Amino acid sequence: MSRKKLSRREFVAATALSSAALITAPYVRGAYAAGKLSMGFWDHWVPGANSASTELVNEWAAKEKVEVQIDYITSQGNKNIVTIAAEAQAKSGHDIFQMPTWWPQANAELLEPVNDIMDPLIKLNGEVNGTVKYLGQADGKWLGVPASVGSQIKGPCSRIDLMKKYANIDVQEMYPAGGPPKADNWTLDTFLKAAEACHKAGFPFGIGLGETSDNVDTAGAIFQSFGAQLVDAKGDLTVKTDAVRQSLEFYKKLLAFLPPDVAAWDDASNNKWLVAGKGAMIMNPPSAWAVAKRDAPQIAEQCWTHGFPAGPKGRFAPYLPFFWSIWSFSKNKEAAKSLLSFLSQPASIEKMVVASGGYDLPAYEKLTTLKVWEEQGPPKGTLYHYPNPYKHQTLSIAASPAPPKVAQQIYFQATLTKMCLRYYQGEAMEKTLAWAEGECEGFMRS
Amino acid sequence: MVDVAFQSNRTAAAQAGRRRVGLRNALRRKSMSAFLMTLPLILLIAILVIYPALYSVHLATLNKAMTKFVGFGNFEFLFKRDTFWLVVKQSCIFAISAVIFKALIGFIVAHFVHNVPANKQRKWRGMLLVPWVIPPAMSTLAWLWLFDPSYSAFNYTLSFFGIGPIPWTGDAMWARFSVILVNVWYGAPFFMIMYLAALKSVPEQLYEAAAIDGANWWQRIWYVTLPMMRNIIAITTLFSLIVTFANFDIVRILTAGGPLDHTHIFATWAFRVGIEGSDIPLGASVSLFMVPILAVAAIFILRDITKRGNES
Repeated sequence: MSRKKLSRREFVAATALSSAALITAPYVRGAYAAGKLSMGFWDHWVPGANSASTELVNEWAAKEKVEVQIDYITSQGNKNIVTIAAEAQAKSGHDIFQMPTWWPQANAELLEPVNDIMDPLIKLNGEVNGTVKYLGQADGKWLGVPASVGSQIKGPCSRIDLMKKYANIDVQEMYPAGGPPKADNWTLDTFLKAAEACHKAGFPFGIGLGETSDNVDTAGAIFQSFGAQLVDAKGDLTVKTDAVRQSLEFYKKLLAFLPPDVAAWDDASNNKWLVAGKGAMIMNPPSAWAVAKRDAPQIAEQCWTHGFPAGPKGRFAPYLPFFWSIWSFSKNKEAAKSLLSFLSQPASIEKMVVASGGYDLPAYEKLTTLKVWEEQGPPKGTLYHYPNPYKHQTLSIAASPAPPKVAQQIYFQATLTKMCLRYYQGEAMEKTLAWAEGECEGFMRS
Repeated sequence: MVDVAFQSNRTAAAQAGRRRVGLRNALRRKSMSAFLMTLPLILLIAILVIYPALYSVHLATLNKAMTKFVGFGNFEFLFKRDTFWLVVKQSCIFAISAVIFKALIGFIVAHFVHNVPANKQRKWRGMLLVPWVIPPAMSTLAWLWLFDPSYSAFNYTLSFFGIGPIPWTGDAMWARFSVILVNVWYGAPFFMIMYLAALKSVPEQLYEAAAIDGANWWQRIWYVTLPMMRNIIAITTLFSLIVTFANFDIVRILTAGGPLDHTHIFATWAFRVGIEGSDIPLGASVSLFMVPILAVAAIFILRDITKRGNES
């Protein structure tokens, strides 16, 4: 059998020809020519809200020829944060992860900066609030794109009838649908008097003092209303200040008018309190109202979501944003950025907000007056003031402005609610402050 | 030269033959086949237990940002924290009291079941095992509803007798009581079934001999039943101690460590610090602190097993 030997010249010529053919051949664009993209999105509480995200992602994928895979990961049992920790350790997983509040900062070193898409988005949608900047930026680097999905304000949701009858406060008049708030008299003093009156009438405010997010968020907003910080923005301890003392004194008075078991409350307790018709007010996004609409419509008809009472240092409301972040180990960062940009277009955001029944809050200032909040009911306009359309309150998060990695510890160790509880249970003020100072010192380890 | 070469070949062939025979013999040995059969499981344990354990030791030696080796720095930090010592104290209270009650209840119930006529025993055994076979996360959710701060079914019932409301999860002492109660409810059937098996293996002649000697009920328990069950009691108690020390789900679901950290145990606090607080090295250090405690318990178990083996 004869075998033709390939000469060196022939080999070089053949290689050159095939390379040229490959390079000059027309680019054939297949169905998934732009590769794959996987994302771990937060599994929405509102039934059907995930489908809006899925539709948008699929629409983008079809246009960009990207194969996409969406995993909706619940926050029940902290499954989302456990997954974040696992992916951060393994440096492998989804390309995009929807991270709650503190997690972009906690994983800052592992996230792709997204300044190149944030700058145009801010130009398009308007400025973002201070809490989004505090949680989403590190050293001028955007760690994620603020996600409207899941972002929320935990403001008061009051019973119109009970507040009118027992506290002599017309919440609809104070926060009229379609108009600016007339809430100059809605201060912490008025709030305390209303709490006392409703407590006497047998409908105490449902504000928890447990260790979960809802409890800590309310305490955070009240502390900020007094100008109280445990650790300041520079990272210095500021526990032993008059502002902190005033906050504790205020909580001591308030606790006397709350249900006796609030120390054990979790994030579901306040919702149940409202839906069961046991209280005149809770601090929550409209999820409790949405459940009431389904399970107790007569109660939902009496619910009105509105702004926080103002303290000596201003009016603060807890705001908890989510972020869509891109892991630095993602293999398709450009596609990820393209998708996040698409999801942050006004039309996409509106679609997602509508699907959530107004629960989701965009971080951008031009998108806080969507029609959906005007139209939600009953009663009509109940969510009109939910997105803070007149910016009459500062959106904040508990434990800020401490450096985020310290603030995260203060937040999850529930230092604020623990302080209130300790002081209320009879511990001396200075002892409570010393305890909190010791805790915060520990949180500063690097 | 040729002879030498021939010799060498022959030696090599003989060696190969010996190797084949050696392998055959090795395979014939019971211990070798047992090892090969358990190899998949050993590999699985190595991947799912040993690797994570070593990895957590590695994590515990890093600083918070996981960029620097700090040796025992995390442990030194923990030893200065009041909350950590509170967690140590609570873990001991939780594990020891829960195990004592589980053992006690298991022992008593095992006697009751043992005295039930044989044809009805299966039914009782099945029913009494129910708490143990339900996944604890699920059953604890049911307990959470029973203890619910505002709508507790227990408090509702107690209100008919003019008692309460009891802050089952809102007061430090009651919350500790509640988590221990649920753990006892969940774990007692395990003790019951182990003790029942042990009771069945006590020879009837010993009781007959004791009866002839005029032993009363208590003396029969003290001098016959307990000595015969000694090994199983020790092993079950120590095994349960390890599992209870490492408990997570019951406390996490029922109180999440509250109020005021008064029900945190090692695993729940490690989760709070490591996952929720994004301080994974410190969380790893908290969970590793259990190791010496559990190692001591494991040594006791192994010693007891060896002793039992020698006795038999």
